[in-house]
Amino acid sequence: MFDIKQVYEPMCLKSALEIYQNNPHLTIIAGGTDVLINLRHGKYEEVELLSLQKIKGLDEIKILEDGTIEIGALTTFTKIFRNDIINKHVPILAEAAVSMGGPQIRNIATIGGNICNGAVSADSAPALFTLNALLYLETANASRTIPITEFYAGPGRVKLQPGEILTKILITKDNYENFKGKYFKFSNRKAMDIAMIGVAVLLNTTDNKVNDLRIALGVSAPTPIRCQEAEKTSLGLELTEENMKRISELTILDAKPRDSWRGSKAYREHLIKVLTYRALRELRGNK
Amino acid sequence: MSYRVIGKEVKRVDAVNKVTGKAKFTDDFFERDMLIGKVLRSPYAHAKIKNINVDKAKALEGVVEVLTYKDLPNIKYATAGHPYSLDPKHRDVADRTILTDKARHVGDSIAIVIAKDELIAEKALKLIEVDYEVLPFVLDPEKAMEPGAPIIHDDRPNNVISSVGQEFGNVDEDFKNADYVFTGEYETSVVQHCHLENHTAYAYMENDRIVIVSSTQIPHIARRIVAEALGLPWGKVRVIKPYIGGGFGNKQEVIVEPMVAAMTLAVNGRPVRYTMTREESFIATRTRHAMKFYMKTAVTKDHKLQAIHIKAISNNGAYASHGHSIIMSAISKFRPLYNFKSFKAEPKTVYTNLPSAGAMRGYGVPQIFFALESHLDDIAKKLNIDPIEFRMNNVIQAGHVDPISKLTVRTFGIPECIKKGKELIKWDEKQELYKNQTGEKRRGLGMACFSYFSGTYPVCLEVAGCRIAMNQDGSVQLMLGATEIGQGADTVFTQMAAEAIGIPVDMVHIISTQDTDVAPFDTGAYASRQTYITGAAVKQAAIEVKKQVLEIASRKTGLKVENLDIVDGKIIEVGLNRLICDISEIALEAFYDRIDSKPITSDTSVNVRTNAIAYGVSFAEVEVDMLTGQIEVLHLINVHDSGTIINPILAEGQVHGGVSMSLGAALSERLMFDERTGAPLNNNLLDYKLQTIMDTPNIEAHFVELPDPTGAFGQKSLGENPTISPAPAVRNAVLDATGVAFNKIPMNPQSVFEKFKEEGLL
Amino acid sequence: MDELKRKISFNVNDEQVSLEVDIRTSLLEVLRNELHLTGVKQGCGVGECGACTVLIDGEPIDSCIYLAIWADGKTITTVEGLAKNGKLSKVQEAYVNEGAIQCGFCTPGLVLTTTALVEKGEQLTDEEIKREISGHFCRCTGYQKIFMAVKKVLEDK
Ligand SMILES: Cc1cc2nc3c(=O)[nH]c(=O)nc-3n(C[C@H](O)[C@H](O)[C@H](O)COP(=O)(O)OP(=O)(O)OC[C@H]3O[C@@H](n4cnc5c(N)ncnc54)[C@H](O)[C@@H]3O)c2cc1C
Ligand code: FES
Ligand code: FES
Repeated sequence: MFDIKQVYEPMCLKSALEIYQNNPHLTIIAGGTDVLINLRHGKYEEVELLSLQKIKGLDEIKILEDGTIEIGALTTFTKIFRNDIINKHVPILAEAAVSMGGPQIRNIATIGGNICNGAVSADSAPALFTLNALLYLETANASRTIPITEFYAGPGRVKLQPGEILTKILITKDNYENFKGKYFKFSNRKAMDIAMIGVAVLLNTTDNKVNDLRIALGVSAPTPIRCQEAEKTSLGLELTEENMKRISELTILDAKPRDSWRGSKAYREHLIKVLTYRALRELRGNK
Repeated sequence: MSYRVIGKEVKRVDAVNKVTGKAKFTDDFFERDMLIGKVLRSPYAHAKIKNINVDKAKALEGVVEVLTYKDLPNIKYATAGHPYSLDPKHRDVADRTILTDKARHVGDSIAIVIAKDELIAEKALKLIEVDYEVLPFVLDPEKAMEPGAPIIHDDRPNNVISSVGQEFGNVDEDFKNADYVFTGEYETSVVQHCHLENHTAYAYMENDRIVIVSSTQIPHIARRIVAEALGLPWGKVRVIKPYIGGGFGNKQEVIVEPMVAAMTLAVNGRPVRYTMTREESFIATRTRHAMKFYMKTAVTKDHKLQAIHIKAISNNGAYASHGHSIIMSAISKFRPLYNFKSFKAEPKTVYTNLPSAGAMRGYGVPQIFFALESHLDDIAKKLNIDPIEFRMNNVIQAGHVDPISKLTVRTFGIPECIKKGKELIKWDEKQELYKNQTGEKRRGLGMACFSYFSGTYPVCLEVAGCRIAMNQDGSVQLMLGATEIGQGADTVFTQMAAEAIGIPVDMVHIISTQDTDVAPFDTGAYASRQTYITGAAVKQAAIEVKKQVLEIASRKTGLKVENLDIVDGKIIEVGLNRLICDISEIALEAFYDRIDSKPITSDTSVNVRTNAIAYGVSFAEVEVDMLTGQIEVLHLINVHDSGTIINPILAEGQVHGGVSMSLGAALSERLMFDERTGAPLNNNLLDYKLQTIMDTPNIEAHFVELPDPTGAFGQKSLGENPTISPAPAVRNAVLDATGVAFNKIPMNPQSVFEKFKEEGLL
Repeated sequence: MDELKRKISFNVNDEQVSLEVDIRTSLLEVLRNELHLTGVKQGCGVGECGACTVLIDGEPIDSCIYLAIWADGKTITTVEGLAKNGKLSKVQEAYVNEGAIQCGFCTPGLVLTTTALVEKGEQLTDEEIKREISGHFCRCTGYQKIFMAVKKVLEDK
């Protein structure tokens, strides 16, 4: 049994937003794979939940007229991983999706929950960071869009305002067209594991020269981050062996991994470099 | 010997029950008015309870009772699932009470709440006010032995549970005269059983007797220990064991049973259930002892092993549990494999403020073979000789008698196992292929051998009971005190009874549940004893049943018993192969003959005073990522000498499971504790890196069948054996691939990284 | 206390049930304690082991971290619903024949996940098969025979 006092189960977004506006102390529950675990571990007492499970239409993936990819916040990781649009245009996100948990978790865990939970290890984050994903947040009477890169506030903390629900994740065309991407999740196991390091690399080149390179890291700082220095330096560079090494080394200027029992700072820094390099090498192909 | 049922791929007798969800485990029984028990666990590694106030907890609606050490008899008992010994000196260390007034590890049992439901019980736990006097604590056994270390149990001021060792020959002399002397240090970590079903039990009273339904490997021993813990006559306790979701030694330990017994006593016999959470299970049951070995070995110029001197430290955690028996098992069971002229082992089993270590599949032997087989490869490397030849040059032969235990090796399959494994993994071919690698990923091969016992003789008593009763249709009930814990015991016993009586397996109805009120006496599932020991009882009882059947047939036909036989449920005349009648006709006579009626039954018990040494080897092929430190096992082959294989499909299953457990220990599993607090860091299945199917390589199981004359059907042990040699084989394969000798497991990526740095590879 | 109760109906193993459930309970608790479908096992209670897996509208889900009230209107299959007229399903048969069962505690969950795979009828590589059942821990079998059972039954399709 969970220590729950009340569960609201609105049937549509509008009523969810209204209930939330009137009861900002509610805890939102989507797939529950974070919330219910926290409850089991006694992190909440007599919690009042606002369940999004019964809301329809927030679990769709579509391409808008301008080419923007829209992902409903309640889309499960299984759906993302199996979705044609995702696999065709942003396969890096499919890679991230299938790397998380195991099938049963992916069948219910939502991308919105993953983002809003704010974990530094969230597997969707590095990929979404490289894609400059936008988050569409709604309250009963307003809405706003914020880049995911500005959404995280610290470990387990995100910038949700009272009464706000994340409803969509948007990836504009200029952020995926002509890009190739790679997500490396480094963990002790090949399934059912939390990332020790996550490295996402998104690359756009012409004739092996970098037009745009984006590198994002998970578990490398208090929030997921982009490697600004490495990205800046890479512009216009040819992806030679030497340059790929150099770019990989530069990731460390932005990364601030910690020592923890899950992995040491030194090892994490080493992995960031190795995995960035390997991602570049793979994306570049045989040159 | 040709058998009709033994050696055949008979399907598990419980498979259909399990695959349909019908098989009932301890939590699947519902009792009226069942209450839920929960245990308050210490947040401190070492602390005295100055004061404990349960008033608020008791006042919570729905709470029926709250217990602390003050409410329970102050009796110290031992939890290890060993047979009782009439000799008090030979008994396990009695060092715990059901609830304690001094916490000795994070997770120690402080108080019990009994409530109407789980949630109320959990809330009540938070309302118990404990005033702790926090004491200094120690996690490292070497530090625990230093003067001035915190004293964990008052009667062991140096924290050493025991330092009894063994030796033969003259080690000092042999080291003095040695051509070469090699030393090495090897270390294993704390790992856990992780049976999928957590520890769980419930209890209620019938008149003045306590009935406990429990997920245990050892119902008869559990009964005794519950009685001891509560100061009751043993007959007042009844233990029932239904299907169990794995044990691996952790349920050869009486942990939750005394608790539920105390709970039901406290609420006038009302049923109370206590099921551990996974997180609790990691810290409040048992673990595998982390061990450290200092090996010193003398070798001659012609590469013969001469002397071995082993100093070992076994981290036992807070309570003795199986204690020193585990490392004694290690130093005994590894001996009948290589010829040593002299041997000396100086083991120490030491208390620390970690959760208690206890029995776990392999019982100390995986640890010592990790050390020994790593050490042998290190020596071979230094001598620049082939590690397999080195071993072959030093193995014993059949007929070998251990100088200390006096056990005789009757069959010795190691040479054949090695030959087979070597071929299967393509040793020579790949050795050649993997020479001089320089890339980012490097491959290597490794192997390791082991020896193991079948049961505990001569250290412990080995008795087993079996009762067989024939029905009117000639089928039989097979009743045992030995337990099915997933390993397939029920199926092999069924096969044995069918074989020895001469009936088809579907005419044997095994009673899978053990109820100490009715099941014959048997100490239970541990030490890979049941197929060997209980097997002897099954055979004896079956032969007795057969004799009774044939006597009736003889009376009926006038033929001599020697000329009759039972084949496939039919009575036949031997030689002529003439069908006389169906066994059911004999059974009916036995039941209903007006004059001679005497239903056919047998109730036997054996006291087995032999041991059969089993052997095996592991061959591993690995690929190491030289940059990330990830080790991938590409292929693992185990070849076993376990005598006659009773059921190949089940035997393979034992090997697969055991190997995967060892691979986990080699590569990823380690229960971690915060050095600053003694608190567990990863006591859940997400953070404790038990292998998933995606991490598990192709595991091959092969057998070399040399029937052992002491096994009822030529069988030797197998259950624990596969967990022994894979880890050192993988370690040796990594050495082969990288030139780096890992002397500590697990070789997880973090530790590989550190070692590579140390060796200048990164 | 009434606030804590909610009436739900769902289909379980081809039977329609309506129940008043406590909003604090997991689906696992309702299936086991109310409907006595004890083939649903609990190995961790926190989504890590897969022993509690049931099929919800055909998808494998850990019932220990699924609120019972969410089951309203769903179709649920537990291991008890697989054998029809006393005959084992193909998947169950494969587990029995391949020797993929030891203690049996992980078995119901695995059999259900395998059933979902068979029902989807996709062609899967060995790696994909492993990935699809990687949400189940089994400590007894080293997964070898489980893998063979799944592979066999998928090939037989
Ligand atoms: C066994 C196991 C393995 C896991 N493995 C991984 C892994 O490998 N990688 C990984 O990244 N995560 C993993 N997780 C964590 C978890 O599954 C993910 O974070 C998941 O995406 C959470 O989604 P959910 O829908 O279940 O979220 P919930 O638990 O329902 O919610 C998570 C948080 O987000 C809030 N929230 C949810 N939806 C919204 C919304 N639309 N608007 C505003 N706030 C919202 C909730 O209030 C809560 O704070 C694992 C969890 C478990 C139990
Ligand atoms: S009990 Fe649900 S996943 Fe373990
Ligand atoms: S058969 Fe025991 S856990 Fe899988």
